[in-house]
Order: sequence, then structure tokens, then C-alpha cells
Amino acid sequence: MFVVAILSAMFLVGIALLLAKFLAPHSSNKLKGQAYECGIPTRGTSWMQFRVGYYLFAILYLVFDMETVLLFPWAVTLRETGINGLICLGFFVLILTLGLVYAWKKGALKWK
Amino acid sequence: MYSFKDITDGIDSILHLFLNDTFATLAELILAGLALIGAYAVLALTLIYAERKICAAFQCRIGPSRTGKWGVFQTVADMIKILFKELIRLDHNDRFLFRVAPFIVIIASMCTFAALPFAKNLHAIDFNMGVFYLIAVSSLGVIGILLAGWSSNSKYTMIGAMRSGAQLISYEISAGLSLLAVVILSGTMKISEIVEQQSEMWFIFRGHVPAIIAFFTYIIAGHAETNRGPFDLPEAESELTAGYHTEYSGIQFGFYYLAEYLNMFIVAAIAAVMFFGGWMPLHVSGWDGFNYIMDCIPSFIWFFGKTFACVFIALWVRWSFPRLRIDQLLNFEWKILMPICLINIILMSLIVVF
Repeated sequence: MFVVAILSAMFLVGIALLLAKFLAPHSSNKLKGQAYECGIPTRGTSWMQFRVGYYLFAILYLVFDMETVLLFPWAVTLRETGINGLICLGFFVLILTLGLVYAWKKGALKWK
Repeated sequence: MYSFKDITDGIDSILHLFLNDTFATLAELILAGLALIGAYAVLALTLIYAERKICAAFQCRIGPSRTGKWGVFQTVADMIKILFKELIRLDHNDRFLFRVAPFIVIIASMCTFAALPFAKNLHAIDFNMGVFYLIAVSSLGVIGILLAGWSSNSKYTMIGAMRSGAQLISYEISAGLSLLAVVILSGTMKISEIVEQQSEMWFIFRGHVPAIIAFFTYIIAGHAETNRGPFDLPEAESELTAGYHTEYSGIQFGFYYLAEYLNMFIVAAIAAVMFFGGWMPLHVSGWDGFNYIMDCIPSFIWFFGKTFACVFIALWVRWSFPRLRIDQLLNFEWKILMPICLINIILMSLIVVF
């Protein structure tokens, strides 16, 4: 079913693009292919260095997303593991919270 | 209660009359795919119409009113018109990635869409990792958005894509953690089982305070994940023209538009499934007469009613709050929403264990 969902999505996009290809007008001139910015020609490329703040959040995201992944199996078995599981979770979340506090104190969460 | 199993079984037996097993399965898969596409398109058009009408009501306007009665065919007309628009070829972009990006966005939202339980036994993808699957595939959309922004080689799209990437991945954690609270309460990740468990009472009432907190954190994180409401700064039109899809034209832009509305629907639907019982009617244990009357309402009406109530909340928020700044947005996630979610999970597990 998963493959069916992917294929049907591709089918939808493909058919619409094909229709557009036949229905839509085609014309070209020199100015049409330019990047849409302010009307004046663009200076340089946009594939350049970008501010590091975004990447810091991406790194933090990796840590916490892995945490969520690891917590899901734990959540399903919580009723069987009971208090033991709860204590384990407590330590796990504690370590992660310390990580978050460390990042916070270091200023990784501040938008400079 | 009426079940869609009768219809699907009927189709199954009819197909087996004419075809052998392999081809019958194939035909069923194709039918399911076509049904998904149809539902996807119809829902997108309905949602765009609903948004325009509701937004008009919030702003004391009439909204679309010329095409058909009350303007109901306005979005259909728009979709046909957008097919006739030229697809502009740019000179300096990465042409392959530029083409691929809309595919990825639509695939991500279609895969999530297929996993929703629309009514009793009307459920395309349902396996024991359901919730996990929902979170996993819904986050694929980020790749499409980042590719769109990067491949068009324009400063606006680049900034829009980067903002959108930072925002989507940040709020994904909160969304995942709020759904985790429900998984702790239900003890299963299978969506149909989660819905079945809510036959006594919906989780938002059964889960004490943590379920209510989880619902609100999920709704906030979900709004941010769909790039809407006060969190629409990846496509802030007053500063970035249209954000990451500035360079797209015609139907390629239409795909982003479609995916945005469908994602709004998906977030609302997941909230309805996890907290309000999906297609499960409102049952109060002990009130047999009340339960019987509630069962008379078909399950898909329950599902769409709850979902559209959540969609209405999303629209209400969108037209009521001013846009946030990027640092406010990230601060809000990392310093407020995520600690709340973590504490909420511990609270929920305490309630479940004791």
C-alpha cells in the first residue's frame, strides 16, 4: 500500500504536468529566464555560504529526533516494564535535558 | 454501525469473478490508488474553498460568490485555469532538482494521507508502526521544500527554504513528542487499535491533564509544520514574495498549494484521530441509549466533522495572529514548547504506571 501511495502521488503529478505541457502556452524571451527578485538583474549566484545558525538547529534536531525514535518502542512496552521502565526513562530524559541546558547555556539557541 | 467492509468485500468478490488472484489484487491496488488520488484532489479543492470562505467571513467580506451557487466551483475553475498557465523555464537553476521537488512534496503528503482512518474499515495503510510511520513520512516534505528553494537559485527562495527547514525540523520534535504521549496512554502504535481503544471515551478526556496539554502542543507544532498561521515566515509575502516557491509557475506552483492545504488537513486529521477518536462516535460508558443514537451517525461523518473542526481552529488562528520573527519562532520551540512536551511525557507515564 505504501508503494501504491507513492505511485499514485507520482501519477497525479505526472499527469498534471503532462496536461500542462499540452495546454499551456510556450513563449520565451531573454528576460523571462531570470531569477524573480526585484526587477533588476541578480548579483551573483545564491548558492553561497549561509548563516551557521540554521545548521546549529539542525544538529540539535538530530539529537532530539533520535531521542523520539528511541522513546517510541519504550512507550509501547511501558505497561509491561512498569516502574523499572519509568526509572530508565527518567535517566534518559535527564541526560537529554542536561544536553539541552548545555546548548542553551552555550548560546546555541540564541539567534545572533 | 455501518462499516465500509461491505463495499470493499463486494468489490473484492466481483473482481474475483472475472480475474485470477494476482490480477484481482493488482486491480484492487490500482482502484485504491485512484481512490486516494480522487480523495486527495477533492479534499484539496474543498479545503481551499473553505479557507477562502472562512477567511472572507473573518474579514467581513463575501468571498468567492460568482462561480456556481455560493461560488462553490471557484476552486475548480482556478485549478483548470492554473493548468493553462505557462511553466516558465529558468536559465540558471538546477533543472533536474527543480523538477523533482514538487514530486517529493506531493509524495510525502500522499503517503501520510493514505495512513489516515477515514471511516470504519476504510483505511489504506494500517500496520503496527502506524504512528511512527506518520511522523516519518510527514517529515519527508522538508526535503522537497529545501530542494525547491535551493534549486531555483534565487535569494528569496533560498532564505525561504532555509527558514522553512529550520522551522519544520524544530517543530517536528514537538509534534512527535506530543503524539508519544498518546502512544504511552494507548500502549500501541497501530492507528486502528488507537481508534478502537477510544470506544469508551476519547483520549483527550481519558488522559487527564497531560492529554489536553499534548493536544495543544500538537496543534501548535502542527500549525508550524504546515507553514501556516502565525508561523508562515518561510513564505512571508511581504518580505520574500512567496518564499521557497517564488520561482515556480503554473501547475508546479499549484502542487505546493495543494500540498500545503492537504498538510493542514492531515495535521487536523491526526489530531482528531489521536485525541478525539477518529471515526469513533462519542460514547459514554453506561449511557446505552445515548451511545445507540451516536452510533446511528455514520463513521465518516464523525471523522470529517472532527477534522474540519480542527481545520477551523487552524484557520481561526491563521487569521487572528500576526507573524512571528524567526528568532521568536525558534525560541518558542526550543525553550518553551519542547520542555513542556518532555515534562508532559513524564507526567503521562507516571499516570499510566500508577
